[in-house]
Amino acid sequence: MLKVENVHKSYRVGGLFSRKKQQILHDVSFECGSGECLGIIGESGSGKSTLGRLILGIEQADQGAVLFEGNDVRNRHVRSGNMSAVFQDYTSSINPFYTVKEAIMEPLTAQGQVRSDQDARVDRLLHQVGLDASYQTKYAHELSGGEAQRVCIARAISTEPKCIVLDEAISSLDVSVQIQVLRLLKELKNIYQMSYVFITHDIQAAAYICDRVLIFRSGKVEETIDVKQLKHVQSDYAKQLMEHLITF
Amino acid sequence: MLNMLEVNHLRVWDANEGKEIIRDSSFRLKPQTCLAIVGESGSGKSLTCRSIIRLHKPWIRQSGEILFKGENLNQLSVKEMRRRRGKQIGMIMQNGMGAFDPSSVVGVHFQETLKGHFGWSKSQVETAMKKAMESVMLNHPIETMNKYPYQLSGGMLQRLMIALTLVLSPDIVIADEPTTALDTISQYEVVEQFIQLRERMGGSMIFVSHDLGVVKKIADEVLVMRNGVIVESGSVEEVLSAPRHPYTQYLVSTRLELSSHFNEIMRGE
Repeated sequence: MLKVENVHKSYRVGGLFSRKKQQILHDVSFECGSGECLGIIGESGSGKSTLGRLILGIEQADQGAVLFEGNDVRNRHVRSGNMSAVFQDYTSSINPFYTVKEAIMEPLTAQGQVRSDQDARVDRLLHQVGLDASYQTKYAHELSGGEAQRVCIARAISTEPKCIVLDEAISSLDVSVQIQVLRLLKELKNIYQMSYVFITHDIQAAAYICDRVLIFRSGKVEETIDVKQLKHVQSDYAKQLMEHLITF
Repeated sequence: MLNMLEVNHLRVWDANEGKEIIRDSSFRLKPQTCLAIVGESGSGKSLTCRSIIRLHKPWIRQSGEILFKGENLNQLSVKEMRRRRGKQIGMIMQNGMGAFDPSSVVGVHFQETLKGHFGWSKSQVETAMKKAMESVMLNHPIETMNKYPYQLSGGMLQRLMIALTLVLSPDIVIADEPTTALDTISQYEVVEQFIQLRERMGGSMIFVSHDLGVVKKIADEVLVMRNGVIVESGSVEEVLSAPRHPYTQYLVSTRLELSSHFNEIMRGE
């Protein structure tokens, strides 16, 4: 369904007129099937967030293509309503002047889908992410981290997309809240039959939710492996990752 | 045995809103032990740390008794308190990027700190820091000292803070979520350095974290906080293996759920 083909990306470093470039992604290719949860695991600075932005079509690749059901994601009609995103920083993800209701309605309004049953729809979405209707009139600053992230998820599922990119969506939450959000994501996946691209540095969280993981290092795919086979990783880097884990 | 730190009936409140944030909290830190404070965000863990070194926002007030080696920190003058910070009570914050001055190279921060506390010359600081930085696995100490904070990664900055703490060798180190902002690999390295820091200094430590996995690895005793109240305390093995309070049980069970799935995969066929 989602296909990334030989993608290269570099950024200009130094001043405005500098020609120096830093290569962020080297020849990245992978696929994500329909209804699959694909994890992308990497350290900070490995280029995994850049990859996320390319998948979402927010940025463009220097070479190669990102295709969603065969069409280029750079065309926003391809993305509209089909792809959503949840980011790490929940405080800056919601417009501070919007109430929760307005925030959740934002993607629908952008699509021109204004209907009379808005309130009921927002209620249903809030209920699905485990919040009650009283949240409709609240503002982003009145929410805790977990609640704000739930609102972001409700907003992401409001258009019933086929694919959601979750870029470190749980990393800045408490462990106890992380597990609640992960459970919620699992449930929603069953209801809506979506695929997830789950970008994280936390292997344990990825193992909890993903079907398959890509191990990503300095802009290259080091290894792709089924979660169930995780203990049979081949590359040295992946082995090191597994050893350097603090479990409980 | 004399306690390193004794906190009695600590109350912290917001003077603007008149809201009480920490209610009557008392605990003690024995010499050469590591006390962990766990809880969800907003439970008052960081505020407890800030109360000990008295670095609050101006509108946050505190009362109670904080005895550091028998001396009440709450009654010291601002000037005397400043002399205690760093040299006797070290602090390592969550965000390495915010702990350093962004407008100068990190070496300047070391020079200023060590000159202030010990009156050392430039070359003395350099030799001491070089040794300390090598011991925390920073391989190019001189080069690193000439870099600005934005040029270094979060894990490196945190290790620089540990190196500086090693040189200062305070009696108590307060570490406020030092590994939370790091990714898994740097987290592992920083935790290893913390364990070694404890061994080398032989001092006491207060370690704040919301990750029970890290706490289990590093701490001897643990306090569980919820909404500004200490709900449970005891040794790490006791509290984490047989939690009594429902809130602790909840924290432990959620952490277990996250790990057990992963452990199953790693154990299974």
